[in-house]
Amino acid sequence: MSESLLKAGPEIEVRGLHKSFGDNEVLRGIDLEINQGEVVCVIGPSGSGKSTLLRCVNLLEEPTKGQVFVGGTELTDPDVDIDAARRGIGMVFQQFNLFPHLTVTENLTLPQRRVLKRNKASAAKAAAENLERVGLSEKATAYPASLSGGQQQRVAIARALAMGPEVMLFDEPTSALDPELVGDVLAVMRMLANEGMTMMVVTHEMTFAREVADRVVFMDGGVIVEDGTPDQVIGNPQHERTRHFLSRLLDPAMADVEEETSDQVGKGD
Amino acid sequence: MSDADVPLRSKQLKKKGLTRRQKRSLSRGIQYVVFVAAVVAFAVAADWDRLKNQFAQWEIAREMFPDVITLALKNTVLYTVSGFVFALVLGLVVALMRLSSVAPYRWVAGVYIEIFRGLPALLIFIFIGVAVPLAFPGTEIVGGTYGKAAIALGLVGAAYLAETFRAGIQAVPKGQMEAARSLGFSPARAMISIIIPQAFRIILPPLTNEFVILFKDSSLVLLLGVTLEERELAKFGRDLASTTANSTPILVAGLCYLLVTIPLGFVVRRMEAKAQEAVK
Repeated sequence: MSESLLKAGPEIEVRGLHKSFGDNEVLRGIDLEINQGEVVCVIGPSGSGKSTLLRCVNLLEEPTKGQVFVGGTELTDPDVDIDAARRGIGMVFQQFNLFPHLTVTENLTLPQRRVLKRNKASAAKAAAENLERVGLSEKATAYPASLSGGQQQRVAIARALAMGPEVMLFDEPTSALDPELVGDVLAVMRMLANEGMTMMVVTHEMTFAREVADRVVFMDGGVIVEDGTPDQVIGNPQHERTRHFLSRLLDPAMADVEEETSDQVGKGD
Repeated sequence: MSDADVPLRSKQLKKKGLTRRQKRSLSRGIQYVVFVAAVVAFAVAADWDRLKNQFAQWEIAREMFPDVITLALKNTVLYTVSGFVFALVLGLVVALMRLSSVAPYRWVAGVYIEIFRGLPALLIFIFIGVAVPLAFPGTEIVGGTYGKAAIALGLVGAAYLAETFRAGIQAVPKGQMEAARSLGFSPARAMISIIIPQAFRIILPPLTNEFVILFKDSSLVLLLGVTLEERELAKFGRDLASTTANSTPILVAGLCYLLVTIPLGFVVRRMEAKAQEAVK
């Protein structure tokens, strides 16, 4: 694994990616590169394939066709040790997916011990450090169910960070949260971005995308429609589909009237 | 305006016959009366003196102690626990085979479950006691009667537990496996460290049920041919009943079963409540 770090190529590279569920082709040829330290937000309407793309990057979904490289290793190579490769890729889910039968600290230490074979002391040390980073040291002995959604998501981020990943993937990390809890999670993500973490974020948070992302990718109908700086894609979108999506997102009251037609357009593609 | 309306309307609503509340208490009252009448009728009709003579001879009961506890109950618990442990291990293996992506594993597990769930435990005990020594002459099952009992009870229990485990594993949200895999757990390690511990909590009540069923099925050990020292509660009670020509030992043996199953129920309810507290 370590020699691959010396390679100068992009941290994440996706080539000609297709993904079908039965007859339903969700991804129709995705090419994407994300460089080390870059923060890329993927936006798009629901059903556009953005979450599937993210899940293909660490092979939670097996691509139907195409290649995925992370840190120079081809994950789509059938002979690659996918468990080893995933150790370098942190993932944060919409539904947090903390282990409910373990305390917060155990959620952080168990993966380190079982997967990285760290000893008790160093796992505990990494757990404490990362809980502190997300501001939840005082919840170390609590069970996930006793935490708010925002706290659970920050624990989930800390759990991923404790594994020492090169890359972090976020799958709509704030979509399941009450509005007043979104800010704390975004603050943690902003901190990570500032520390130079390579991040791929599927999100509906346009303010976050605008302020934190180096690049914004707009997807619709299983393809990348636009890819550029936040100012380009959000500020001055070139495609009608992007403009339509952003107008609905920024002014939901307007959306209802157009809902019907836009859905049909989406299906027609 | 509304002040005048409300009393009028509520009067109208109350008018017709009995209210729901009154109907409910009336029907409950009838149920109680029927129940009490039935109990009294049985109590009056039964010949208590003869029952007492046959089932509650204090002298005979006293002579059963301490052997009924130190020998019979001890053996019953021993057979049950060893059978249950074997059933847990085998049941988990069969459940994982049933959930496997490898088709032949699924078939083997399915056939196993269908056969051993469909056969009476009695037949399995006869099979272990008779067919196995015939098929493999000269081989001794480790632990003698205890080993045979563990295997027979385990084979029976595993078929049920396999289905219970499968349901429990499938009840753990899919996101748990995804989270574990994304952290670098292998499928097997994720199953052991993350999924199975959660499944166990979910299936604690049916697991207890199965233990109680095996506890009672341990009475079938007598079919394996047991020595005096290997007798469990049912055989112990029946033997004494025939030597004393009185059924008191059967009653005492029965109470000994309850001595284990009732406290067990309490303990498990406590464990459930505790597990719930941690998760919810």
